[in-house]
Amino acid sequence: MYARALIWWTILRICVEERLVYRGDFALGTLMRFLPFITQIFLWRAVFASRAEPTIGGYTYNEMIAYLLLTNISRAFSSMPGLSTALAALIRTGEIKKYLAQPIDLIGFYLLSRVAHKLVYYLVAAAPFALVFYLCRGFFAGWPDAVTMTAFMASLVLAFLLGYFLEATIGMVGFWFLEVSSLLFVYQLFSFFISGQMFPIDILPQGVQGFVDLLPVPYLAYFPVAVFLGKVQGADLVRGLAIEVGWVVFFMLASRFALHRGLKRYSAFGG
Amino acid sequence: MLAYLRVFLTFARNSLVRDMTFRANFIVDCVASLTWVAMQLAFYLLIFEFTPSIGPVGDWGKYEFLVFLATTLMVNSLVGAFFMPNLSEFSEMIRTGHLDFALLKPIDTQFLISLTKIEWSTLSNAIFAVALLVFSLARLNSPPSAVQYMLYPVYVLCGTAIFYSLMIALSSISVWLGRNQNLYDFWFYITNFSRYPMEIYEGSIGTPLRRTFTFLIPILVVVNVPARLLAHPLQDQNWPLAGFALLATAACLLGSRMMFIRALASYRSASS
Repeated sequence: MYARALIWWTILRICVEERLVYRGDFALGTLMRFLPFITQIFLWRAVFASRAEPTIGGYTYNEMIAYLLLTNISRAFSSMPGLSTALAALIRTGEIKKYLAQPIDLIGFYLLSRVAHKLVYYLVAAAPFALVFYLCRGFFAGWPDAVTMTAFMASLVLAFLLGYFLEATIGMVGFWFLEVSSLLFVYQLFSFFISGQMFPIDILPQGVQGFVDLLPVPYLAYFPVAVFLGKVQGADLVRGLAIEVGWVVFFMLASRFALHRGLKRYSAFGG
Repeated sequence: MLAYLRVFLTFARNSLVRDMTFRANFIVDCVASLTWVAMQLAFYLLIFEFTPSIGPVGDWGKYEFLVFLATTLMVNSLVGAFFMPNLSEFSEMIRTGHLDFALLKPIDTQFLISLTKIEWSTLSNAIFAVALLVFSLARLNSPPSAVQYMLYPVYVLCGTAIFYSLMIALSSISVWLGRNQNLYDFWFYITNFSRYPMEIYEGSIGTPLRRTFTFLIPILVVVNVPARLLAHPLQDQNWPLAGFALLATAACLLGSRMMFIRALASYRSASS
């Protein structure tokens, strides 16, 4: 047990150090990423200014901007840049043999490497994030209460796990397709529009919204933010968290199952 | 001049031959870029469910804005098809030292590195843009006159030239810095400002922002001038900005050309 913990700890430490090499590039990149956000503020201000009612889909102008700003946080937890393609590439090039020969669990190893990636990201991105949120503090009504805050944290951790296992599952499809980029494209398209990173999904037409609520992607961006802003409370909050846990478990099992079945048909290409 | 045209046509043919070799991939690329465009369109249509116009009422209504969106798509697909694939390779050429081969060829280096590869699939967005333009122009309250139709392509080309100059300028910087992945992101983030009518940038932050991006780095001119020209009836008050756009285009092309030549002068090859 101790030996095993030591192995995982070493892996985590190596991954953290690997990540810290590019910290300057990282911090600058993070700050840049908020530039398009400025245009979004102006866009929504113009939209709100030209209508009579003060809210859209239950969001005031301030709430809309706070929402869009907060999606950067939920995306910082749930996004897994390059995970699926990296896993598919392991399979295609035959490099996956490395993990089969060593007493290391592939899914666990990559999970840890992503945890390390995220930890470093938060460390380096904390300053630019704090700066942007400080400048935009006027859009926020104040801190939510302890229960909401706890639920928010929980939904973020779940968003991370969901993002990881979902993309890992897509990557595992590489055992059957070899190239997953088209599948990934469909997924990204979906998540771009209905994960809520462009707009809160509350503003979609009623019928569409009820359906979208049950899909996994809104939990990657929309749900944690809606929790923070107090848009989801009481029974709805419990239901939302339950659905999120359900999806995490589903994709956890799906990625395992795909790996297990995939290895059975794996034919070890490459040298 | 004629020789350059012939070389360009050869480049175009080569790229097309390459694209047609992997025909299924080409179709997938077309469908992919069109789907992204459709998503953007869906987003704006959703916004217009909640508002009669973006900015002051009567300025950018739904169909006026669709003209604006079509213009954005047109300029971006022209840049994406002709210049983007080449200039994104340029910083790699500097890093690896492959620029040596381009310098040795008996042809203008800027021409060569700007137009070698043409991404034909990106032009599918331009076709979509024309369709969107036709659709929304037919629904405008005041259809454009012949003069407006004639000036529009001129200003679309001006806008494309301004974007191209900006890319050349940023690529030149990569000669000095060695590698500039962030600068390309920077290009994407900066041009993001050009996607909306300039009237939305107002107030204590918006006005200086608008002025900076109109007069200092003229990216707001790129889409705004042609789109306003076509979507709204001609007004005397628009002429100064239209005139400025021509000047800005010339200044950008010249300025970026000078920067590029300066950058080449300080290029010191790499590896062996």
